[in-house]
Amino acid sequence: MKVDMERIKKVLGPKKQFIHGDHALCYGALLAGCTFYGGYPITPASEVFEMMARLMPKVGGVCIQMEDEIASMAAIIGASWAGAKSFTATSGPGFSLMQENFGYASMTETPVVIANVQRSGPSTGQPTLSAQGDMMQVRYGSHGDYEIIALAPNTIQETIEHTIKAFNLAEEYRTPVHVMIDGDIGHMREMVTIPHDIELVERKKPKVPPEEYVPFGPGLYGKKKVPEFAVFGTGYKTYVTGLTHNEHGFPATDDQEVHDKLVRRLCEKITDDREKLTDYETREMDDAEVALLSYGMASRSALGALNQARKEGKKVGYFRLKTVWPFPEKAIEELSRQVDKIVVVEMNLGQIYHKVREYSHCEVVLSGKIGGEHHSPNEILAEV
Amino acid sequence: MDEIRDADMVSGKVIQERYLREGMMPHIFCSGCGLGNVLDYVLWAIEKEGLDMEKTVFLSGIGCSSRIPGYIDADALHTTHGRALAFATGVKMTNPDLNVIVFTGDGDCIGIGGNHFINAVRRNLDITVIAVNNYIYGMTGGQVAPTTPVGHIGTTAPYGNIEYPFDMSKMAIAAGATYVARWPVYRPNQPINSIREGLRNRGFSFIEMMSPCTTAYGRRNKLREIKALWDFYMENTVLREDYEMTMKFGSDREKEAVANKIVIGVLHRETKSTLEDRYYEMVRELME
Repeated sequence: MKVDMERIKKVLGPKKQFIHGDHALCYGALLAGCTFYGGYPITPASEVFEMMARLMPKVGGVCIQMEDEIASMAAIIGASWAGAKSFTATSGPGFSLMQENFGYASMTETPVVIANVQRSGPSTGQPTLSAQGDMMQVRYGSHGDYEIIALAPNTIQETIEHTIKAFNLAEEYRTPVHVMIDGDIGHMREMVTIPHDIELVERKKPKVPPEEYVPFGPGLYGKKKVPEFAVFGTGYKTYVTGLTHNEHGFPATDDQEVHDKLVRRLCEKITDDREKLTDYETREMDDAEVALLSYGMASRSALGALNQARKEGKKVGYFRLKTVWPFPEKAIEELSRQVDKIVVVEMNLGQIYHKVREYSHCEVVLSGKIGGEHHSPNEILAEV
Repeated sequence: MDEIRDADMVSGKVIQERYLREGMMPHIFCSGCGLGNVLDYVLWAIEKEGLDMEKTVFLSGIGCSSRIPGYIDADALHTTHGRALAFATGVKMTNPDLNVIVFTGDGDCIGIGGNHFINAVRRNLDITVIAVNNYIYGMTGGQVAPTTPVGHIGTTAPYGNIEYPFDMSKMAIAAGATYVARWPVYRPNQPINSIREGLRNRGFSFIEMMSPCTTAYGRRNKLREIKALWDFYMENTVLREDYEMTMKFGSDREKEAVANKIVIGVLHRETKSTLEDRYYEMVRELME
């Protein structure tokens, strides 16, 4: 499906707009060239779907309501193999249902983007309230060994930019990429500037004739661990299976070496680029003795705490992860050598906290808040 | 429907060379299994219809029948259990020019995939589904399926199945399929013709193939030999035309004799627009 960027910009409207986070996901997706959305209603992500239902047909793309989130995820994988940049959005319960097909997308190296507008759990929890409870689920929720890319924007503007980036990374690495926001970013409105000069990445297509094409072998023109992607219907006759497969895509379910080689490559194509994928923001870190480490919505509370601490003359700094997965191991290690203490601020009872502890040489404490309310500055500073 | 004439036949060898993926052989199917027949019939139908294999995508879920696309030289998605039709929806809606053929089994289609099945039928995409019904979970070793007849033995019903089974074809008709046929695999010509008609039908076509599983089903149900299973299907099926005539004009005894048999044949035909046609019509109007 050909993307007409001028039409997309026209459909999106004025360059400056006052929009909410769910809609920012849609704007980002369209600007990134997304032409397929498969969805299922769920609070607080339904507005993504509703906006896609309005916008997609106007730019020639597909928006379809599936029967559940399992099907949404399946549909966007199918769409990707038929050549579309494809997208879905959901929240906790739906995200849990998608896990099996997240694994399938990883195993079959299918570029797809998933947004999770997180809400409180476990189970139905607090559908209308905000949380960051899926930060481990996004990394480890499907079975087996795999790596994932997950971004965590903290403003509406950044939600647009991270969604575009997510599509680019999905195409570059042939892997599912997640945009992790939450109910409050999803439903909060801010002024945004719609970016117009965007660099888009497209999946590498094979240039060799079909008889020479090795669908799951080494990449020939780009990254060595990312093979070229032959879109269905282009004559390459690719067999795609979630079973352990050899370089030709054929099942090799009882071969230890094939499995080992395949799964290691799937992981390494992401972890080899860990440094390149690492993305964070710091404030007031030069003389900081304590770092407030956060991501997404919780980082806005951390920022309030930072400002209050500095007013009180406390040597506190701010460290915000923009890419949460792959985990920025080196950056955290360096941070832990720079400060005496890291306070991990997150809206759960400790998820990324454990990863920070794993790579830190200093004291690490958790400032976790659940129940849909945000941390007050004093709550965070009590841990400093 | 034009019958297949011998004069039209190319040799089986040609079919094999033209459509099979040699690198995937040998296949995994047990001796006595009907999946080879099903694959054969589908390839003959494709040959007769002249489908462009570069523009044809096969999808499947999990189970013995879902391994079929691996043996066909074409683009294919061997997906997760029960979800093939949801994946197929993404493929077909993205590129309606592709021919989309889905292989599924009874457990895959209406057990774990039941919700995807009825919703995919309801949408009426132009796809053809070959649902191979062996009345059991074969690949996992013979557990009862939602299709297993009452009283039959499965490893998870060692004292006999006490649940009422689903009729897949009736479900497809009820959910709105535009072409539905059911045939046992021991009849080659009728299934080939039905698959051809299904491929030609613009809409959701559902072809149920009754296929013997000697390994996981037959040997636990006193149907160990392949002939026993074929005879069992023969004794328990009735052609739709015969069934309707009997129910209309037969004596009570004759009616009673066919009342509980599985009706085979072309079971349903109707015409209605497809989802992709309706969707892209809307797109054209909105983009003007």
